[in-house]
Amino acid sequence: MEHIFSTEISILEISYLFASILFILGLKKLSHPETARAGNLWAAAGMIAAIVFTILFHKKDGQPIGNIIWIVVAIAIGSVIGWYSSKKVKMTAMPQMVSIFNGMGGACAALISLMEFPKMQTMFAAAGATNMFNGEAIAILLALMIGGVSFAGSMIAFGKLDGRIGNFKSPILRIVNLSFLVLLLIAVVFIMTLQPVAGNNMIIYLFAIAALIYGVTFVMPIGGADMPVVISLLNSFTGVAAAMGGFLYNNQAMLTGGILVGSSGTILTILMCKAMNRSLLNVIIGAFGGNAESSVQSGDKNVKEISLSDAAILLSYSQKVYIIPGYGLAVAQAQHLCHELDNLLESKGVEVKYGIHPVAGRMPGHMNVLLAEADVPYEKLVEMDDVNNDISNTDVVIVIGANDVVNPAAETDPSSPIFGMPVIKAWDAKNIIVMKRSMAKGYAAIENNLFYHAKNRMLFGDAKATLQKLIAEIKSI
Amino acid sequence: MEEILKFFLEYKEAIFIIILSIFLGIEVISHVPAVLHTPLMSGSNAIHGVVIIGAIIVMGHATDTLSLVLGFIAVILGTLNVVGGFVVTDRMLEMFKKKKTNKNNK
Repeated sequence: MEHIFSTEISILEISYLFASILFILGLKKLSHPETARAGNLWAAAGMIAAIVFTILFHKKDGQPIGNIIWIVVAIAIGSVIGWYSSKKVKMTAMPQMVSIFNGMGGACAALISLMEFPKMQTMFAAAGATNMFNGEAIAILLALMIGGVSFAGSMIAFGKLDGRIGNFKSPILRIVNLSFLVLLLIAVVFIMTLQPVAGNNMIIYLFAIAALIYGVTFVMPIGGADMPVVISLLNSFTGVAAAMGGFLYNNQAMLTGGILVGSSGTILTILMCKAMNRSLLNVIIGAFGGNAESSVQSGDKNVKEISLSDAAILLSYSQKVYIIPGYGLAVAQAQHLCHELDNLLESKGVEVKYGIHPVAGRMPGHMNVLLAEADVPYEKLVEMDDVNNDISNTDVVIVIGANDVVNPAAETDPSSPIFGMPVIKAWDAKNIIVMKRSMAKGYAAIENNLFYHAKNRMLFGDAKATLQKLIAEIKSI
Repeated sequence: MEEILKFFLEYKEAIFIIILSIFLGIEVISHVPAVLHTPLMSGSNAIHGVVIIGAIIVMGHATDTLSLVLGFIAVILGTLNVVGGFVVTDRMLEMFKKKKTNKNNK
């Protein structure tokens, strides 16, 4: 690292310092509801500064950045596609979108490594090195491996969330995965022991392909319900891959930005697991769903239905109603109708609130975003613990398109895969109405005894159509 | 052993930054409410788009066609990560903002 003074380099480094500070402050602000939006913009400002000053002032061996026109064209293409697709995507499909963008970052890191490896090899070959035990090689190989895994994994996670890829569970895959990971790590060390030969790059392409395959097999056996955790984990992976790039280029903005995401992403992943009362290891090994027939004695259990007019009367003459929304509500795009129902009941003097489970929807906090989109006021969204304290003096709980988050098995059945997960105790209310398309199982693929509960009555049908009819019915009373 | 010590000395600045940033990252987000998990994930997703700087550097010094093409793709992917990440996060957080104004109007 030679420190030759030049005004341009100084400005560049100051811009990186500035960017790093903005990333840190941005993340800090992002973790408070009041300041979150500003935090996002601060981080974006830091990013723009870092990008612009890199293009203007970066020098490598005294050479300024070339091909500027192509760089600007590429940035323009990326910006247009990125802007357009993220403006157009539906709020319900947000998790998939985050997954794709994360994959792009991982692919970017992997491509950088693919291009830097031959250069590095040529350089060390010229210097007459006998092996590649050096910081550059470690950074290149790790960025390629982690970036590749993150890219392939994110694409699979996207496919699963989007319902394009089903669950592929097999105990063999776990063993395959573990050996694959060990193999990849051995490959890193093995490549470093090789004597650098200029132009001998086949090994790095093979390594890249292996990383991609591992990314696929890593995410494949993990259940769809766990995808948010996986995306969060892959997010922190990409952070580490970016940091490796920073190490390679001795670039502090990449280094701090990447590591910051890597560590905060890991903590976020653990927090998400905690919200579902599961361990990260459990998620990765994948014990969720599938063969969980354990406690289901579906013998003589009766499901009672409720007619629309009965439901309308029950709701209209209640004092306090809780709506427990789930992903089914979002899929049916019924948030707005839900808000209409809530307004209608309020006009009849009924107190209506929403009980939000931390992992309702497809990601933690997803449901809050979806309801906010439908203009439901913030004060009406009640968090799980407060709902549970309040629920025994609630007249009616309406469960719309939710399932696992109100499953009593989480409290009563130790053999259930969701046992121990905190749930909303809908069964403590005086009446329960479950709105559901069919008796199908929830995302965790387990039976829900709430549906057979003495207080519960089912209102079958598509959430949107049923809500529409229910609203009409209440209006006619 | 000597190799490791040498390695540490050679890259001590980067190693310091890495270690300190790990603690910073943990500290900065440790008290985030569950409501913000998704936007925070999305926001940090955008921040690791900083990898685009690496793509710009590679592209800026590319001489042969293959590097040019790969660099071009890398810059596009990096930009997608940055722009998409920040815009999606902003859209999510916009929802939270709306409630505020509603509250104020009442």
